[in-house]
Amino acid sequence: SRELLVLTYGALVAQLCKDYEKDEDVNTCLDRMGYGIGVRLIDDFLARSAVRKCHSYSETADVIAQVAFKMYLGVTPSVSCSSAAGNEFSLILDKNPLVDFVEELPAERASLCYCNLLCGVIRGALEMVHLAAEVTFLQDRLKGDPVTEIGITFLRKAEDRKHKRN
Amino acid sequence: VYVVNKAGGLIYQLEHCAPRADTEKTFSFPLDLVLRVHDERVVVAFGQRDGIRVGHAVLAINGAEVNGRLTADGKDVLEFLSNPANYPVSIRFGRHRLSSNEKLMLASMFHSLFAIGSQLSPEVGSSGIEMLETDTFKLHCFQTLTGIKFMVLADPRQAGIDALLRKIYEIYSDYALKNPFYSLEMPIRCELFDQNLKLALEVAEKAGPFGPGS
Repeated sequence: SRELLVLTYGALVAQLCKDYEKDEDVNTCLDRMGYGIGVRLIDDFLARSAVRKCHSYSETADVIAQVAFKMYLGVTPSVSCSSAAGNEFSLILDKNPLVDFVEELPAERASLCYCNLLCGVIRGALEMVHLAAEVTFLQDRLKGDPVTEIGITFLRKAEDRKHKRN
Repeated sequence: VYVVNKAGGLIYQLEHCAPRADTEKTFSFPLDLVLRVHDERVVVAFGQRDGIRVGHAVLAINGAEVNGRLTADGKDVLEFLSNPANYPVSIRFGRHRLSSNEKLMLASMFHSLFAIGSQLSPEVGSSGIEMLETDTFKLHCFQTLTGIKFMVLADPRQAGIDALLRKIYEIYSDYALKNPFYSLEMPIRCELFDQNLKLALEVAEKAGPFGPGS
């Protein structure tokens, strides 16, 4: 059934390309849809994986890579911290199942982020646990880069123990 | 079972317990129960007998449901019952069921108490109120990392409530969140959620005081 997911995703992106002329619009649309998925997926993830509360950004990035990606996509990206401040991380994917059937982007869609949905999902999920973050693609194999790299930048300090949190 | 969203609003409640026993009896003048008005309801203050306990409210008179402190025809209940001409009269007593407004209010209050509880904790990183124990019931609460609270009121002897709370979280994430027409933080009106929740409660009840798996 993973194939069905990949095919569906492909059809979705293709349709969006037909609907919108500009690449940025398609990217924004994918991000928005991903966000909607992320805010719901987070509870499913927490319910099934029973991870404890993360106490640092690097713990959070590790959990996303090792548990979440594995659970939902079956791949485990490697994590690296790319800033001294400790709030920027990169997830490096050797294998991205969503692009299994895509060779390369067509010439007129050179700046399309094919997997932008994933960025939205991560952003939405993090926001629901009160961690604001910006998630973008730093490298994309479809655009000729050697690997696919997703960058997560945590925007501000995770809220201190406020009464709404446990 | 109660589910409270991040803002403290009640988004779901289910009473899954044995139907409360109401007692209906015929009385002749004078009434040997002492009744008084409490919270806009007529309750028994004294004179417990035959299954009618102190605190039970008057639910119906002569078969017609009572509306707060007025009878179905709009007369004041206490006046009606102090008039010997109305006897013999048949009155139904029972525990008053909470109205949805009352439940909403109580859920918000608990949400605030939970917040106060976490702040009062001498240790940093308290998980908030996990259990409230009384001699007649235990209230278990589980707050997820996303801020939703699941509360279960159960018999004090019932075991395995922690597992039940986790199961309810799973059912919520499956049938409520994955329903594309359900908006987050809104009251949950999903049939599948109801059904699966009832199933999970039945399984937990059957497991009894020793918990599932033993």
